Amino acid sequence: MDFLTNGHNAYLESFFYTLMLFLVSGVLSLVLGTILVACRVGPVAVLRVAGGWYVTIVRSTPLVVVFALFQFAAPMLGIRFGWVQIHIGTVDFTSFFAVAVVALTLYTSTFVCEALRSGINSVPLGQAEAARAIGLTFGGTMSQVILPQAFRASVPPLASVLIALIKNTSVAYIFGVGEAVAQMRIMTNNYASERVPIFLTFAAGYIVIVFVVSFFANHLEKHWRTA
Amino acid sequence: MHLMKTKAVLAACGLALSMAACGNAGGGGTGKDLAGKDVSCGDFTGRVAEICKAGKVTIGVKFDQPGLGFKSATADEPAGFDVEVAKILAADLGIDSKDVKWVETISDNREPFLEAGKVDLVLASYSITPERRKVVGQAGPYMVTGQQLLVPADSTVKDISDLKGKEVCSVTGSTSIDKINEKGAKGVGFESYSECVQKVLDGTVEAMSTDGTILAGFAAQNEGQLKVVGDPFSEERIGVGYSKKAPEMCTFITDSLKKAFDDGTWAKAFEDTLGPSGVKTPDAPMLDACQS
Amino acid sequence: MSASVLFDSPGPRTRTRHRLYSVAAAVLLLLGAAWVARGLNDHGQFAYAKWEPFVTPSYVQALLVDGLLKTLEMAVLAIAGAVILGAALGLGKLSEHRWIRWPSAAVVEFFRATPVLLLMIFIWYRLGINEDSSGFLAVVFALTLYNGSVLAEVLRAGINAVPKGQSEAAYAIGMRKSQVMSVVVVPQAVKIMFPAIIAQCIVALKDTALGTAVLAPGLMYVGKAIYNEQHNQVPTVLVVAFLYVTVNLLLLWLATWAQKKYVGEKKLVVPMVGAADTGSAV
Repeated sequence: MDFLTNGHNAYLESFFYTLMLFLVSGVLSLVLGTILVACRVGPVAVLRVAGGWYVTIVRSTPLVVVFALFQFAAPMLGIRFGWVQIHIGTVDFTSFFAVAVVALTLYTSTFVCEALRSGINSVPLGQAEAARAIGLTFGGTMSQVILPQAFRASVPPLASVLIALIKNTSVAYIFGVGEAVAQMRIMTNNYASERVPIFLTFAAGYIVIVFVVSFFANHLEKHWRTA
Repeated sequence: MHLMKTKAVLAACGLALSMAACGNAGGGGTGKDLAGKDVSCGDFTGRVAEICKAGKVTIGVKFDQPGLGFKSATADEPAGFDVEVAKILAADLGIDSKDVKWVETISDNREPFLEAGKVDLVLASYSITPERRKVVGQAGPYMVTGQQLLVPADSTVKDISDLKGKEVCSVTGSTSIDKINEKGAKGVGFESYSECVQKVLDGTVEAMSTDGTILAGFAAQNEGQLKVVGDPFSEERIGVGYSKKAPEMCTFITDSLKKAFDDGTWAKAFEDTLGPSGVKTPDAPMLDACQS
Repeated sequence: MSASVLFDSPGPRTRTRHRLYSVAAAVLLLLGAAWVARGLNDHGQFAYAKWEPFVTPSYVQALLVDGLLKTLEMAVLAIAGAVILGAALGLGKLSEHRWIRWPSAAVVEFFRATPVLLLMIFIWYRLGINEDSSGFLAVVFALTLYNGSVLAEVLRAGINAVPKGQSEAAYAIGMRKSQVMSVVVVPQAVKIMFPAIIAQCIVALKDTALGTAVLAPGLMYVGKAIYNEQHNQVPTVLVVAFLYVTVNLLLLWLATWAQKKYVGEKKLVVPMVGAADTGSAV
């Protein structure tokens, strides 16, 4: 297994990159998804409609297409991310990283929105009615009563969304980002005879990340279910 | 009511169709057919003779590199200098260019392509290197070019040393990207050069780098916006790839190229494909001898 | 819970306030749209020449025949394969025999946790990447394996959603396990699963776009060829996106309709790791 003796650093670095893509776009997706769901269930009609359209259309578009559209159109709008210059060890996070993060966020946030909405739908009606009966406003009802419960109910679907995001970071490879799949392709070229072990080693990397996230989600869900 | 709806839909379709008829965006030229020469397959040995007798050959070329190997979405066949040279080789095997099966290759899969043995030849701006020669056979070169930089017309970049630590776009799995890294810049790999051109045009990267002939084509396409700068900082010898299992290919390819250099078909192919983008036809390169 | 339960039906002052918000939001959204449109216009993206290919018959034909049709072919084949594989793996996971159950579970978890793109690239290399249709087949096989594993979980959830009393009653009248499954449980489970299967079709259809990485045909591939030639990236990607969205919205509508007709309010609970309807890969 020459590729591991010579390339274990490259392997780890590429997964570090994948992990960073996942973490940054995961957090941003949760934020944007929460804003979207507030628009979708809120009292302002224009936002409700706009939020609904955004979610429906983006959810129906392949991620590759979202990626392509953003990376072609953004520079025309003056969005170039030239200021993103972060270097950790030999791993560089530059404009390519930023573009990937934004594209992944635009896409994933729609799924976060739907996961949260299903969570909100699972909160019993009486809760909202009681909240209103004691005089809470929409903001108060949401932040004090509905969302805390909705978040708990949303843990399983949100975890699924995040797990999908881990795997979706691989799409960044098509757009010049040096993450794990890009590294895999370099290695399958350099060590052509070891393609099967290379593939299994990279698949294992993803599986580990997926199972860690899934373990936390399960733990969180059980914890809250008994609480 | 239902009928009315159907009619409305039909009318809309009719409108769409009539609109469709009015556009006439230009498709890329497909290049001319080249008839197979009269050859007797008995003159060849091994795999070359087999291909000659079968009357069919499979050749890997690029589909996304204007001037060298490019296939329009609307065309049936690719066109470009690589393709024309491939047609010359096929003709010397007695094969009409319409009997050539064109297969798309991208930079990082040309060796697996040949190793698997289902493609007979690869002409895909394929630089000859000692590393590659360990895995596959390479004959030629049929073109010698050097790696340069393509930058925006108003850029102050003069050569690769101005780009230390900066991102420079090229294609994954190419020799160009290795050279960029060697020179202290950071290679960012895409799947095709066209995508890199876009990245230079929109300012995401300051420059892209690969063979001068390729860059010249792009500069001509985007006159006033892009320019080629810098002395060539490498020598790329573009050759023909073949499987190591068929070393007899080398002699055939070299002889065929030699003839094409001498009788002017090579120069003609160059003028027809790269000429229009402003590249001057160079002298024919020196061919490597075949090792046995 | 419908949105209206979250807030009181507004009084006159609140209504005015909401109207104000609406106007403000509309203005902001329009400004945003105008900003985007201006940026694109400044770069000549609305020029007729950039859009001309899409009213030129040969390009329209390329988009629809070499693009959309191939995309649909890949998606249909993948889903057909996935349904068969999913049934096999799903029933395997429900088996009473450990030596069937464990391998089935392992296969399902492996393919649900591995990125489809990685699978595609690997299968492509395995197939001998220079075969004529190897890109096409790599996409179909990768999507079959991935979606089959997801559908296996859907099947299991569907079977678990059939009330236990049904199978107990069937056992009570003397049916064997195979009979209970084939006559009583599976027919009902399939009905419950139907919307989830359609939803999976959307996922598969979107994932075919990943095929560009392995030179598979399809909408995105043709789009790439068009913009490499015509240098009209933004218009081309917009047209490609429009076609994907249209087909997916039709499927979505079909899924909603099937949900209403066959299932009602009941929702399938599919366990985690790339669950069925949560944007699994692209």
